[in-house]
Amino acid sequence: MNDLLNLLKQNARLTNAQLADMLGITEQDIKAEIAALEKKGVIRGYTAIVNEELTRSTEVEALIELRVTPKHDTGFDDVAKTIMMYDEVESVSLMSGKYDLALTVKGRSLKEVAMFVSQRLSAMEGVLETATSFVLKRYKDKNILIEEEEQDERSMWG
Amino acid sequence: MNYDSLLSERVVGLKPSGIRRFFDLAATMEGVISLGVGEPDFSTPWSIRKEAIDVLERRKIVYTANSGMADLRKAIAGYLKRTVHTDYDPEHEMVVTVGGSEAIDIAIRSVVNPGDEVLVVEPAFVCYDPLVRMACGVPVSIPTKPENHFRLTADELREKITDKTKLLILPYPNNPTGAIMRREDLEAIAEVLRGTDILVLTDEIYCEMTYGGKHCSIVEIEGMRERTILVNGFSKSYAMTGWRLGYVCAPAPITQQIVKIHQYVIMSAPTVSQYAAIVALEECEEDVKRMIKEYNLRRRYLVEAFNRIGMTCFNPEGAFYVFPSIQCTGMTSEEFCEKLLEEEKVAVVPGNAFGACGEGFVRVSYAYSLKHLMTAVERITHFLEHHGGKA
Repeated sequence: MNDLLNLLKQNARLTNAQLADMLGITEQDIKAEIAALEKKGVIRGYTAIVNEELTRSTEVEALIELRVTPKHDTGFDDVAKTIMMYDEVESVSLMSGKYDLALTVKGRSLKEVAMFVSQRLSAMEGVLETATSFVLKRYKDKNILIEEEEQDERSMWG
Repeated sequence: MNYDSLLSERVVGLKPSGIRRFFDLAATMEGVISLGVGEPDFSTPWSIRKEAIDVLERRKIVYTANSGMADLRKAIAGYLKRTVHTDYDPEHEMVVTVGGSEAIDIAIRSVVNPGDEVLVVEPAFVCYDPLVRMACGVPVSIPTKPENHFRLTADELREKITDKTKLLILPYPNNPTGAIMRREDLEAIAEVLRGTDILVLTDEIYCEMTYGGKHCSIVEIEGMRERTILVNGFSKSYAMTGWRLGYVCAPAPITQQIVKIHQYVIMSAPTVSQYAAIVALEECEEDVKRMIKEYNLRRRYLVEAFNRIGMTCFNPEGAFYVFPSIQCTGMTSEEFCEKLLEEEKVAVVPGNAFGACGEGFVRVSYAYSLKHLMTAVERITHFLEHHGGKA
């Protein structure tokens, strides 16, 4: 059922009837399949992709790289699980490469995010180093262009 | 100067394309949602573009051999072997052209003598009739029927054959109807042609875009290869319209003539595109599959949507068009398209632009994102609510 997931990842608001037409199966099948995917935990939620520039929100977002000392028995899991409990933290990922954890953190101001990093993250046991980069502008998110519609340059009707 | 007396009568006599006329009308309006284009909305796969960039950086862009780069012709031969199970000699039976359009033109010119009749299966893309006229041939339309899903039947063919018939143009998978010919349909056509001297020009530019099974070519049917001129290209399958690259394959005596015209008119097809096309044939099967899968979602969505609102639509198994009937509105194709454009700002192409038998239908392209198609369907549904549909 990868096709169904792909469609929902592009647009979670497609109705069951539309999905059924596109995939050539019945509406009931779609309903059952989505229920099963939700129950199994494959689908974890549905969300909107927003151009924050237009919402008059003053919220800031930062990408934070963390170097962490892994624990003997649980590796990076313990630190990651502690970090993800904070509401400010939008995402936590274990990374390959120069650092270990990548976070996206949201706050009402630069200062708030900076304080969160210095007081909560840096002070956490096992955290060796943090690097904070603030998001200045988002061009594309979840495969969707944020600021402009894609222009159709085609003009021939052959 | 009195240009009227100076211009070629044959060219002056050509009708302007019905697609073009309607397009110009749409272009004067703002906020129009178009379902009109006949080219993919996908970008050319990256590996193809990358090859072109590398070639531009590292090579001199000079003419190639008249009939195309040897490596490309070999790759095309390999592709035809894989897809239509037919051997073509890359040396003597193949010419790389500037798109499928040039291929169609020079193929027709190579075989048609003044007065020869050329059977044009309709509805069909707008170029065949004028190109036949330019070659001093006589186009003879074979209208196909909606109840046959716009396939050509043996009886329809037999009825139009005379002792002047030189060539049958077979445009499947079809623009504008989305119709295809299955093997058994082609067998029946072959049965009529076997034992005659009638040639076939099969335009297979949409061959990768089939949704109910693999494409079958008439060249695969017994006794047909010797009379078949096969036209194909990279525009639709690999989303390479602007690269202008196609090819034509035919038995050597025909190809010898085709390449003569090509060498005088074109010299050789675009060199950068030829390098890139090798990559298309050798590395892009997965990209093509991905695009076809996406087209298929859109196709199913549109067919269901049109049938639901009363614009009945057979299940088109090829190309990227649906061809719904507008009978429920009581309008002609042109009226429908003009009103739809005025009232809902949606542009579709009147079916009669593709031959008289397309009257009562419109061509809808699904070379657009699902989001775009859904907005268009909303507007068309609203239109039908006011003009006699079920919606």
